[in-house]
This record gives sequence, structure tokens and C-alpha cells, in this order.
Amino acid sequence: MNRSPYISDAPSVSNIMFKVLVALVPGIIAYVWVFGGGVLISIALATATALASEAVMLKLRKRPIQPFLMDYSAVVTAWLLALAIPPLAPWWLIVVGTLFAIVVAKQLYGGLGYNPFNPAMIGYAVLLISFPVLMTKWPAALSLAQTKLSFADQLHYIFGGLLPQDVKIDAVTSATPLDYLKTQLTLKHDITSIKAAPIFGALGGKGGEYVTMAYLLGGIYLLQQKIITWHLPIAFLSALALISGIFWIANPAHFANPLFHLFSGASLLAAFFIITDPISGPTTPKGKLYFAAGIGIITYLIRVYGGYPDGVAFAVIFMNICVPLIDAHTQPRVFGHEK
Amino acid sequence: MNALVNFAKIFKFHGGVHPPENKAQSTQLAIGQLSLPDKLVLPLRQHVGNIPKIKINVGDHVLKGELIAEAEGTVSAAIHAPTSGTVTAIEDAIIPHPSGLPDRCITITPDGKDSWIERKPQDWRNADRKTLVASLRLSGIVGLGGATFPTHIKLRADGKSGVHTLVINAAECEPYITCDDMLMRERSEQIVKGIEIAQYLLGAEKVVIGIEDNKPEAVVAMQTATTNTAMQVIVVPTLYPSGDARRLVHLVLGQEIPFDKRSTEVGLQVFNVATVLALYRYFEFGEPSLNRIVSMTGNVQTPQNFEVLFGTPLLHLVDAAGGIKSGTTHFIMGGPMMGFDLPDDNVPITKAANCIIAASPTLFAPPPPAMPCIRCARCADACPVSLQPQDLYWFAKSDNFEKARDYKLFDCIECGACSYVCPSNIPLVQYYRYAKSEIIAADRAKEAADIARERNDFRLARIEREKLERAAKHAERAQAAKQTTATASNELTGTTPETNKDAGSGDAQKTEKQAAIAAAIERAKAAKAAAAAVGEVPKNVMETSSTVKAEIAEIETRRASVGLAEKSTIDEDKQAKIAAAIARAKAQKAAAEAAKNKD
Repeated sequence: MNRSPYISDAPSVSNIMFKVLVALVPGIIAYVWVFGGGVLISIALATATALASEAVMLKLRKRPIQPFLMDYSAVVTAWLLALAIPPLAPWWLIVVGTLFAIVVAKQLYGGLGYNPFNPAMIGYAVLLISFPVLMTKWPAALSLAQTKLSFADQLHYIFGGLLPQDVKIDAVTSATPLDYLKTQLTLKHDITSIKAAPIFGALGGKGGEYVTMAYLLGGIYLLQQKIITWHLPIAFLSALALISGIFWIANPAHFANPLFHLFSGASLLAAFFIITDPISGPTTPKGKLYFAAGIGIITYLIRVYGGYPDGVAFAVIFMNICVPLIDAHTQPRVFGHEK
Repeated sequence: MNALVNFAKIFKFHGGVHPPENKAQSTQLAIGQLSLPDKLVLPLRQHVGNIPKIKINVGDHVLKGELIAEAEGTVSAAIHAPTSGTVTAIEDAIIPHPSGLPDRCITITPDGKDSWIERKPQDWRNADRKTLVASLRLSGIVGLGGATFPTHIKLRADGKSGVHTLVINAAECEPYITCDDMLMRERSEQIVKGIEIAQYLLGAEKVVIGIEDNKPEAVVAMQTATTNTAMQVIVVPTLYPSGDARRLVHLVLGQEIPFDKRSTEVGLQVFNVATVLALYRYFEFGEPSLNRIVSMTGNVQTPQNFEVLFGTPLLHLVDAAGGIKSGTTHFIMGGPMMGFDLPDDNVPITKAANCIIAASPTLFAPPPPAMPCIRCARCADACPVSLQPQDLYWFAKSDNFEKARDYKLFDCIECGACSYVCPSNIPLVQYYRYAKSEIIAADRAKEAADIARERNDFRLARIEREKLERAAKHAERAQAAKQTTATASNELTGTTPETNKDAGSGDAQKTEKQAAIAAAIERAKAAKAAAAAVGEVPKNVMETSSTVKAEIAEIETRRASVGLAEKSTIDEDKQAKIAAAIARAKAQKAAAEAAKNKD
């Protein structure tokens, strides 16, 4: 019988997914430090929901449960979604989003390896469209909030919707920098005066920029571990920087600079953790460049001209649709063949 | 010259992997000699091509080096008695092949004298190339790198080959295998003489020897042996599969052999070191191919290389290496990347056996269950041919064979680099073999259908022609009858029948002409059909050489063994039907012809 090769040198799927989780840890630590422990509750809820729904779906689909639960792919989806939605949202919001991501976007399409769309982004998009108000209620950085909620307060609020007495919701939430920028620009304010607002930091949003830097750290770890290749993050960030740079140079009073775009919103989380989902992305090196650059450009256009403050989710979903086309047209030259 | 060689430019190919080499184990000891085994079992199928024709009978006494089976057809190789003794059996036995099927073998019981037949060395420097190459047909030499392609075919060049560069493949890139390494360490002088012979026979101007940098002793030995020659030793980085001929040519010459061309078409020829050494022994001493160096390694007490007579039972070799260690489950022939499980512990060593590995679960852990492909494209990064293995897998799995072919499935060299790096443990190579065999089977069915159609067209044309001929004959007879009456009446009237006669012979000419036209139409049709058949050769399928045909046979048996048998039965049904249809058509044709002859 011919079953060669007999040897193998590859990390398992579980191993790869586990390293992605490890790479997210610095970002989560920074998140907790800046915004409080509420996000840990979201992560726990999302993880539990993801594993439970994945197990049920596998059972219904008569697939082995153990190996697929242990591949950690559902956990990665859960964590990404939890990090993408406001941590003080009511508990059922993350549960609904995770259910949609795992049950519809992943398992109904055939489970691991068969989902054409990034499940976390599908979950996010469904929540954003269905519950737009809840999805924009972001907590203010603790350093900026008028009232600092303790972890117990946050827990209480997530599950009961009740804040401590005398605390108004506006005192603990704030507009995100991207959101604020957009609103103020429509009011004909110029960038310099807008960015004088306390929610802006040196690069992106105050506090939020530390979280994005921690994501960058995790991303470098993934590159070093060869879990991802440079193509996707570099092409995405370059395209985003390039298009925002062009607009900024043309009219710096009306358009934010490239650094702001790189360090605001979900840019760095997307660059290293979201658009790098291999299953819903292209596989050829050139295809990866096109795919990521497309996401960068669409993200920018949605941020500046679209109806939503951030555009990563829709940009990713749109480019997911293009993947078969991209792959088909970016086939590398095969050895011994003309181009 | 040699000071320069290490500065030679290397042209890296895409991808490749670097598995643990595991070569040190079997290079501690010099090449060992084996005692004569109790019997030698020589399969007729040891090379690519036709099986040779048996020239001896059971009971015959044979001398060492005596021809016992001669090459049959163009692509075939002779087999000789590896020692003197008696032919004790000609029967089917299990051969070292992935199928595990028995095949015809000649068994020789040695008489212990090891007495040679009269050897005829040839003064190759002063002989005609054509004669030399022709005599190679009797040498039994095949490519000893593992491909076992008959060497006389690769040299059938008579100096007009257009081959300007001879590349000597000494890369030996597969883990565990060290037979070429040891051969170069110990017999570099003979190898270089063999290279000179091959160079002379091909008329090549340039010789390049490619060796991986994990064989420093072999590099030094070859550099020393080539000091006073124009041959160039190029050290290539250790990267599997650098020993693949097309990859090696690219490494040392920077030249990609086009996918649809043989190396000779671009002026290159590639020989393995052991093969050129066999050439030397044949011309210099008149010794046909009787043995080879085999790495006996893996889970044995003392891994070592041995010079092994073809036909030696595997266990005799294992004993020479001190026997197996505990935990050995079976034996692998070849390396861990492309080798296969030997179907039986006592198969004979053949011309293809470069390495035998005693396997144990510790050395080669059974792969964990396959997970779905996560499209991570590690396989694409590892593919030395720049294919997209993840796409090919998807197409093969969904039986989308047209698409698989479009994505250059037939350029896959089955090196296993993709499987080696797959996080999901998908047996990718097995999927590609399956798809290839399915496509080849479908192409053959189509070919058969085309032949049947062609025959049918031919038959219809013939029926038409016969109808015309009958009509013509009819007319002729009618004419003749008319003429008789006319003559009779002429006799009465006294007019000459001249004019009428003329008319009659004119008719005869007409019939002849019609027949000629019909025949011409027939010929044109046949030519057209043939052209169509040729023109419809599918993309990416290299001409179905005997190599490929042999591979097809191999693949089919493999498929059967991996439980893909149902599909093939369907195909066999189809093929049987087609065969029956052809047979029917033939029978009809024969009957028609018989009828015609009666006429």
C-alpha cells in the first residue's frame, strides 16, 4: 500500500487556533486595563455559547464532537466577536451574535473549513444591523469616564441592565473616536478642533490606542510563529494608510491622518486576527494582497462616506464574496509552464 | 577549477521541505557484502516498460551474468542470473510493489560457486557509439535512482542526441537513504569513469554533478575524482525534493524544463550516480546489472548499506543488519516521503530498491485522523512545482476532474511535501493519485469510444461502397445482357457492335473509378479520424509513454487497495461494454469480408 509520506511536520489545527488565542491575550489585558473587566464577561459568554452551539450542531449533523470542539476554532470566533462588540451590552446580545456566527455562518455551511464568510464578522454584522443602538454604546475609557464602574457594577449592568444609583448611562459610555469624528465632521467642524476632544489620544482614541498596540504585539507573535504570512496585514494596513493618506494630503482639515485610521477602530484587530482567517480568505500570495488591500480601501470608504462608524465587518464580508474570483485569477505560474 | 565550484550559482526552486535527515545512522559503516542467500527470486517486472521474455527453463543451470530474460520491445530491460546455480522455479510470487499482487518470478538456487559466464569488456573509447548503445540492451541496466527506466533508451542517442549537458543526480534528497552517498564516498573514481562513458555516448559537452550539502564526504570524494576533468561538482542546499530531476536541473543550471518536454528535447540528460557506475562496470568489465547498493536502515540493530544481488530475499538483508529491533511492524521500500509499505517481509530486493526501512510506530507514528482543510495554503508554500494543492484537493475530492486538470494536476510529482506540512493531516498525495487515475481511465474510455465510432463510420462507408459496387455490377450485367441481344440484333441488321462495346468498357472503367473514389474517401476519413484522435489528446497529459502506462497499471492496483474499487468496476463495466461493441463491429466486418471473398 502506498500511504507515503510517513512523516509530517505541521502544527495541528488545534495548535494553530490555540496560538491565535494566545496572541489575543495582550490585547485583552490592555482592554481590561483601559475599559474594565466587562469584556471578560463578554468573552466568557461568547466562549460558552460558541462551544455549546457547536456541540449541538455537530451532534445534529452527526459529526464527531470531540475533535471539532478541541480544534478551538469556535473559541477563536467567540473571542473575536466578543472583542468587536461593546463590552457593556446586555448579555443576550453577545449570545445572539455568537449563535448566529456558529450556527448559521459556520455549521450550516458545513462547519470548519467550509464557511465562505468570516463567522465572527457575520455575527457582528447581524448585530449591527439588528441592534444598532446597543452596538454603538461603547464604554468610555476608565480614565475619561465621569464615573468608574467596578467589575461588579459592570457584571450587574450586563446581566440586569441596572447601573448603580445616581449613575447615568451617558456617564459611563462615550462615542468612539471614529463615531465622534464622523458626527462632528457633518457639523462642519474641522479635524484640528475635533481632535482636541479628550477622547482622542496621540494616535487613535485615548486608551483604545493601547489596545490596538497590544493587538499589534499579538500580530507580530503570529508572524513569528508562522501562523500568518505578512501578505494580509501588510497589504491591508498599507492600503488603509495609502487611501487615508491621499485624502488627508488633499484636505487635512476634513480628513483624519493615516495614523489615526491605523490605530482607531478595529484596524489592527482586523489586520492580524480577522482578515487572516484562512478559511474564508484567498490562498494565493497575490490573491492575499488584493483581498487585504480591498478590505483596507472599503473599510476607509465606509468610515468616511458610509452610514456606519467602522467598516471592517462589511468590507471583510464583501471581499469574502470575491475570494473564488481572486483565487482563480491569481494562480501562480506553475514550474515549467509559461505564464 | 575545483576552487570555483562552491561559488557556482544555485537557482532555488519554489517551496520544498526539510524533513529530519536520518542519514547518519546508515553511514557509520562501509558498504557491506552479503553472503549468498539460499535462493534468489527475480521478478520479471523490475523496471519501467515491457516485461522481458524468459530465456531459460526450470532445471537449467545458469552461470553468473547469464541472460535469463531478454528485453522485449523498445522499453524493456534484460535480467541476468546474479550468481551461478539452478533455475528451480518460474512462478508467481509476491513482488515488492505497492499493490501487493504476485507476479512472475524466476527462482535460482545458487550452487555456491559464483562462477561467471565469459565476460566481454568493450573498448568503449574506440568503438562506435551506435554499437555500444545497442549492446546496452543486453546489460539490464536501468535507472538506479528509483525510477528504473531502461538506460539504453535514455542513451539511444547515437551522438546526434543534441544533448549538450549531462546532469549527474547525486542529490539523494530523501531522508534515510544513503546508498548514493556511500557509493560516492567509496567508489568515486569508478563513478567518474562511468560519467565519462555516458558523456561519450551522449556526445555531451558539459557535465554537472549536483550533490546536496549534507554529504560533505561525498562532495570531497567527487571533487577529488573530477580534479583532472572538466566536470563540475555543484553543491546544492539540502532541501527536499532537490533530487527530482527537473528540480535538480533548475538548481544547477537555472533552467526550467517545459512541462510538456523531455529533458533531451532541451539538450539535457540526467543520470543517477549508481546508474553511471553500472555503465562503467558493464563496458569496462563486461558485467551486466546484477546488484545494487541498498540502505538497510530504520529500526534494525546496525543500519548499513549493502551491495545486494537482485533477488536476495529481504530478510537475508535484514539479518545482515543485525536483525530488527523490537517494535518493528513492517518494512518500507524507498524513503519516508515517497516510499511504500512492502506487502510481505520476504519480497526480493529488486533494481528499484534503493532503501529498506524497518518501520515502527515510534519512527513513523500513524497519522491522526484527517481534519477538514482550513485553506491555510502551507501546502502551496511547500509545493516545489508551485501548484495549489489545496485547490487540487478540493477538485479531487469533489470528482471535479476537469478542473483538477486545468489546475495542472498532471504536473504534480507526488513528492509528498504538501502532506508533510498539512495541519489537517489530509492524505493529499493519495487524492491526487486517485484523480490522476480517474482522468486517465476516462481518457482511455474516450479513446476506445473514438475508435469504435471510427470503425462504425468505416463500416457505414463500406456498406455504401458495396451497394454502389453491386449496383455497378448489376448495371454491367444488364448492359452485357443488352449487348448480347444487341449483338444478336446486330447480326441480324449487320451493324458492328463497336460502339456498344466501347460503351461497355466505359462502364467498367466507371465502376473502377467509383471504387477508387470510394477508397480515397475511405482513406481520407480514416486519416481525419486519426488526426482527430491525436488532436484530442487532453491538455496536461504527457504523451502516454510506456512509463505512464506502467504507472497507470500501478495506480489502478493502488486504487483498488485503497478501497476505490467500486468506481473502477463501473469503469471496467463501461470498458467491457466498449470492448464488446468493438468485438461485435470486428465480427461484423469479418463476416462482411468473408461474404465479399465468397463473391
